[in-house]
Amino acid sequence: MASVTLSEAEKVYIVHGVQGHTDILVGVKAEMGTPKLEKPNEGYLEFFVDCSASATPEFEGRGGDDLGTEIANTLYRIFNNKSSVDLKTLCISPREHCWVLYVDVLLLECGGNLFDAISIAVKAALFNTRIPRVRVLEDEEGSKDIELSDDPYDCIRLSVENVPCIVTLCKIGYRHVVDATLQEEACSLASLLVSVTSKGVVTCMRKVGKGSLDPESIFEMMETGKRVGKVLHASLQSVVHKEESLGPKRQKVGFLG
Amino acid sequence: MAGLELLSDQGYRVDGRRAGELRKIQARMGVFAQADGSAYIEQGNTKALAVVYGPHEIRGSRARALPDRALVNCQYSSATFSTGERKRRPHGDRKSCEMGLQLRQTFEAAILTQLHPRSQIDIYVQADGGTYAACVNAATLAVLDAGIPMRDFVCACSAGFVDGTALADLSHVEEAAGGPQLALALLPASGQIALLEMDARLHEDHLERVLEAAAQAARDVHTLLDRVVRQHVREASILLGD
Repeated sequence: MASVTLSEAEKVYIVHGVQGHTDILVGVKAEMGTPKLEKPNEGYLEFFVDCSASATPEFEGRGGDDLGTEIANTLYRIFNNKSSVDLKTLCISPREHCWVLYVDVLLLECGGNLFDAISIAVKAALFNTRIPRVRVLEDEEGSKDIELSDDPYDCIRLSVENVPCIVTLCKIGYRHVVDATLQEEACSLASLLVSVTSKGVVTCMRKVGKGSLDPESIFEMMETGKRVGKVLHASLQSVVHKEESLGPKRQKVGFLG
Repeated sequence: MAGLELLSDQGYRVDGRRAGELRKIQARMGVFAQADGSAYIEQGNTKALAVVYGPHEIRGSRARALPDRALVNCQYSSATFSTGERKRRPHGDRKSCEMGLQLRQTFEAAILTQLHPRSQIDIYVQADGGTYAACVNAATLAVLDAGIPMRDFVCACSAGFVDGTALADLSHVEEAAGGPQLALALLPASGQIALLEMDARLHEDHLERVLEAAAQAARDVHTLLDRVVRQHVREASILLGD
């Protein structure tokens, strides 16, 4: 078995909302694990959402678990297709070792439009993730050893081109809005969550809320969602690439800035 | 002990500090608009975020209300990605519960709870692999940001003992080395101790020196926090146009 302690690749991305302040912190940790039985050549992603009590006192103790589970399940669903993330790159040796990416979302402040902000932060964090390159060495007796590359900067990056982002459309009266604030969400009885990739492909769709939606409005909202989603992906790409190009000396956005 | 030398012959620690020197502290108050009070502190690589809600009506069972003072409720939670090995649950485990109780004890000593009977004050600390000291310092700033009256600042610092010298403000490496560790929360103006906790064996002859090192470090932290609060008030008053 592996006799080397592996280092983890972790990157933290903070996404600050402009108004209404939705604060999300996403950390990705890569750990070694065994591939799932039905998918022996692939690694996998595990999502966990922690609704911190700092967002609202109702989230104290187990109060935030319901919302956290709902968001985590939504994330599982939107990533549950072959094209979102290439899981084969996470495989080290089939049936024995693979990378498991633990994506942990920390919700610090709820300012409305949670799902969208979280999906953007997750995409940015995955883009930023650097997984160390490992080699499997097999000696004469057949026992395998895992070797970490000597160069700490030698790592593999994930391709996040097809990672979808969620666009939430809230129906208010006869029209719908995107990127709703808390007050707007309070006025909306029904919303549609659409998960869109950068090419405009819809991977998942869900209606939430106690109100009902007309089928016509659902089609309209979906069209708007696709349009907005493409623009969202384009601006996220440019922001993330610009930040990356600043190199290691860049100013890290944080609470002190 | 072989391997890592916590204190060199010239008196320098692993990260280059002197025995009584603190790590760099940066703090900011009022980071969240929605909460009544909030603060963020970075002490070396440790980051702690504290949020205060209150005083407000008791949540849950009314029977818990105290007729003559406020109820202080604390929760400590640490991010799952903060420690070297990923933590499964952010809070609810023993260490987090213990930390929450310690914070509650500390702040019940400092907050003037008699001014708000039958109400509840919630203090939520989110730490990044945090130690007790960073949490208390962040919580003090958050409580001040919320405008809740306190007897005095609560400043905390850790201290250890290596090779006959008392070290102030232990870093992760020094804590992991397994020597004696002391956590101290101090009310600087009166010099009263709100919380004192010590792990591992320490001869009682050395206790006074370690305690004094921790107290001095806590007073240094107080100077820093005081500066942060004054800066924040100055900024707020400029915005109000005074």
